[in-house]
Amino acid sequence: MDELVIAGRKFKSRLMVGTGKFSSNQAMLEAMEASGSDIVTVALRRVDIDNPADYMLKHIDRQKYLLLPNTSGARDAEEAVRLARLSRAAGCEPWIKLEVTPDPYYLLPDPIETYKAAQILVKDGFTVLPYINADPILAKHLQELGCATVMPLGAPIGTNKGVKTKDNIAIIIEQAHVPVVVDAGLGAPSHAAEAMEMGADAVLVNTALAVSSNPGMMAAAFKKGVEAGREAFLAGLGKQRKFAEASSPLTGFLREEK
Amino acid sequence: MTFLDEFKKYDHKEVLDRIMGKTAQDVERALQAERPSIEDFAALISPAAENFLEPMAERSHRNTLQRFGNNIQMYVPLYISNVCANGCVYCGFNVDNPVNRKTLSLDEIEQEAVELNRHEFRHVLVLTGEAPGVIGNDYIAAAIRKIRPLFSSISIEVYPMDVAGYRSMVEAGVDGLTIYQETYNTDLYKELHLVGKKRDFEWRLGTPERGCEAGIRRVGIGALLGLGNFYVETFFTGLHALYLAHKYWRTQVSVSFPRIRPAEGGFAPLYEVTDKQMVQGICAIRLLLPDCGLTLSTRESSRFRDNLIPLGITQMSAGSSTAPGGYAQKDDGTGQFNIDDDRSPEEISRVVRAKGYEAVWKDWDAAFLRENVS
Repeated sequence: MDELVIAGRKFKSRLMVGTGKFSSNQAMLEAMEASGSDIVTVALRRVDIDNPADYMLKHIDRQKYLLLPNTSGARDAEEAVRLARLSRAAGCEPWIKLEVTPDPYYLLPDPIETYKAAQILVKDGFTVLPYINADPILAKHLQELGCATVMPLGAPIGTNKGVKTKDNIAIIIEQAHVPVVVDAGLGAPSHAAEAMEMGADAVLVNTALAVSSNPGMMAAAFKKGVEAGREAFLAGLGKQRKFAEASSPLTGFLREEK
Repeated sequence: MTFLDEFKKYDHKEVLDRIMGKTAQDVERALQAERPSIEDFAALISPAAENFLEPMAERSHRNTLQRFGNNIQMYVPLYISNVCANGCVYCGFNVDNPVNRKTLSLDEIEQEAVELNRHEFRHVLVLTGEAPGVIGNDYIAAAIRKIRPLFSSISIEVYPMDVAGYRSMVEAGVDGLTIYQETYNTDLYKELHLVGKKRDFEWRLGTPERGCEAGIRRVGIGALLGLGNFYVETFFTGLHALYLAHKYWRTQVSVSFPRIRPAEGGFAPLYEVTDKQMVQGICAIRLLLPDCGLTLSTRESSRFRDNLIPLGITQMSAGSSTAPGGYAQKDDGTGQFNIDDDRSPEEISRVVRAKGYEAVWKDWDAAFLRENVS
C-alpha cells in the first residue's frame, strides 16, 4: 500500500489540513472529515493548550488525527522553541510544525531563525516539520539536522496562486531523502494534483478550504486532486513534447531497404 | 528618517487639492492595480470614488477573507484610570470636566480582569489618561503584571512614552499599542489640545515608531474622525500606516476608525463624517494595506457595526465600558465617551456567527514573549 511515512509513522492520506480561518468550528470539522486527512495542524496561539475544554483540543479526535501543533506567529527561534516546548509540556505529542515568520504581512518563513530553532528542537527530541521557502540548499541543511520533512511553500500563504516555486520544488523533490510536503499557496485541487504529479510526498491546505463557501465539498475535491496527482506520479507521466512527433520520421529513409 | 520627515514633505492644502482633483478614471485605475500606490489610495478616498463603493467593498472583502479568513478577533477595553491633565476639548476626561475621577487599585484592576475573563475575553486593551505624578509607567507595569495570568494578549492605550518606557511595558507583558494621532492637521491639533503634555504634536506623531522600536508586536494608529477634513485625515492615516509597515516590518500595523461620540463636555464634531465615508475609508485602507489589521470599537451603532463586519474589519471590541471600574466596581468613574453598541459579548458573538464569521477570543499566546506562562 502506498503510505506516507514520516519519522517512521505511517499515514494513509497525503493531504494535511490547517484549522485556521474557518467561519465556524463546525465548518472546520466537516472539512477535516471530508479531506480524509490523518494530520491536522493547529496554531498554538489559537488554543488554550492547558485547558482540556478548549474547543479545538476537545473536538479534534486524536485517535483519528495526528494533532500537529504549529508555531505560527513566532518571530524568531527562541519564541518558536518556547511554544513547541509548551505544547509538549501540555501533553501534545512531540511533533511540531515549525513556522518562524517575522514579517506579519506575507508570512514568509525566516530561513535563519527556522534553522536555529530546528537545531534546538531536533536535539530536544522533537519530530520537526519545518515550513520553508522553496530553497533547495536550506532543505538539505534541515534534512542534515534531522528534520522529519521539509515543507516548502508553493506560493505565499493564503494567496491561492498554486505552485509558483515549481522549479525549486522540483530540485528539492529530486534531492530530498525526507518527505517533501508542499505547504502554502495551493488554491485549487489542480494545484495540489500538480504538486503530487511532480513527486511531492504530500501537500498541506488551509485557506482554500476555509474561505470556500462550501469547505466540506472543497476538502473532498482536494482529496481527489491529491489522490489523482499521486496515482499519476506512480503510474509515470508521459514526457511533454514541444512539437508533435512526425509519423513519417525525417530520417526514416536511412532505414529503408534499397 | 522618521515619519515626521515624511509628513513634512506634504502640505495639507495641496493634499486636499490633489484628492479633490481625482477623477473616475483615477479610481478605475486604482481599482485595477494589484498593489495600489499612495496616489491610487488618494483616488480611492476621493469624492470621485463615492460611485465605486460597491466594487471597493467587494475587493476589500475578498482581500480580507484571503488574508484573515472568516475570523473576527474580539477584544475588550479595560479603563484603569480616568485622571487626566490634558485639555483635549473633545474628550470626556478633559482636565476641566467635572467628572468623577478614579484610579483603580491593583486589587480593583484584578477584579475587573476576573470579570472580563469570565466572558471568554483573552485579548484586553488597558487604558488610562495622561497625568504625570498620578499615573506613571510603574503603575501601568504593575497593573499589567497583575492581570497577565488572565489574558493571552495585553495591549495599552495610554499616554505616549519614550522607547525605554515601552521596553518596560514589553517586559511587563504588553504585546500591543494603540495610539491615535487624533488629527494630522497641525493647526487644528493646537486648537484642540489646550493644555498638558499632549500639546506636543511631533512627540505624539513619533509615538508609534517608538513603540515599534521597543519591540511591541502590534501597533494601532488612527485619526479621530470628526475633527479634521475626512479626506486629508484618511490620507495621512494611510501614509502613516504604510510607513510603519515598511520600516518596522516585524510589527503588525493596524488602523482604527474611531468616530467622535457624545461625551462629557458636550463637544460637537467639527466635521461630519458620514457612514458612507467611513465605509470608503475602511475599504480604501484595506486596498492600500491588504495585511493590515482593521479595528472597530463599540462607538458605532450595532446595525452599522454588523454591516461593516464583512467589509474588511479584523478586530472588534464588545461588551465595553469606558469607565474605570465599569465591569466589577460599584462606584465606577465617569466614562470617556458614550458607547453605542451595548450588546453583551455573547450577543455580539452570535451576530458575528450569523454573518458567517467566527468570533476568535484567543489569537495570541503570552508564551511567545515569556517563559512559564500559558
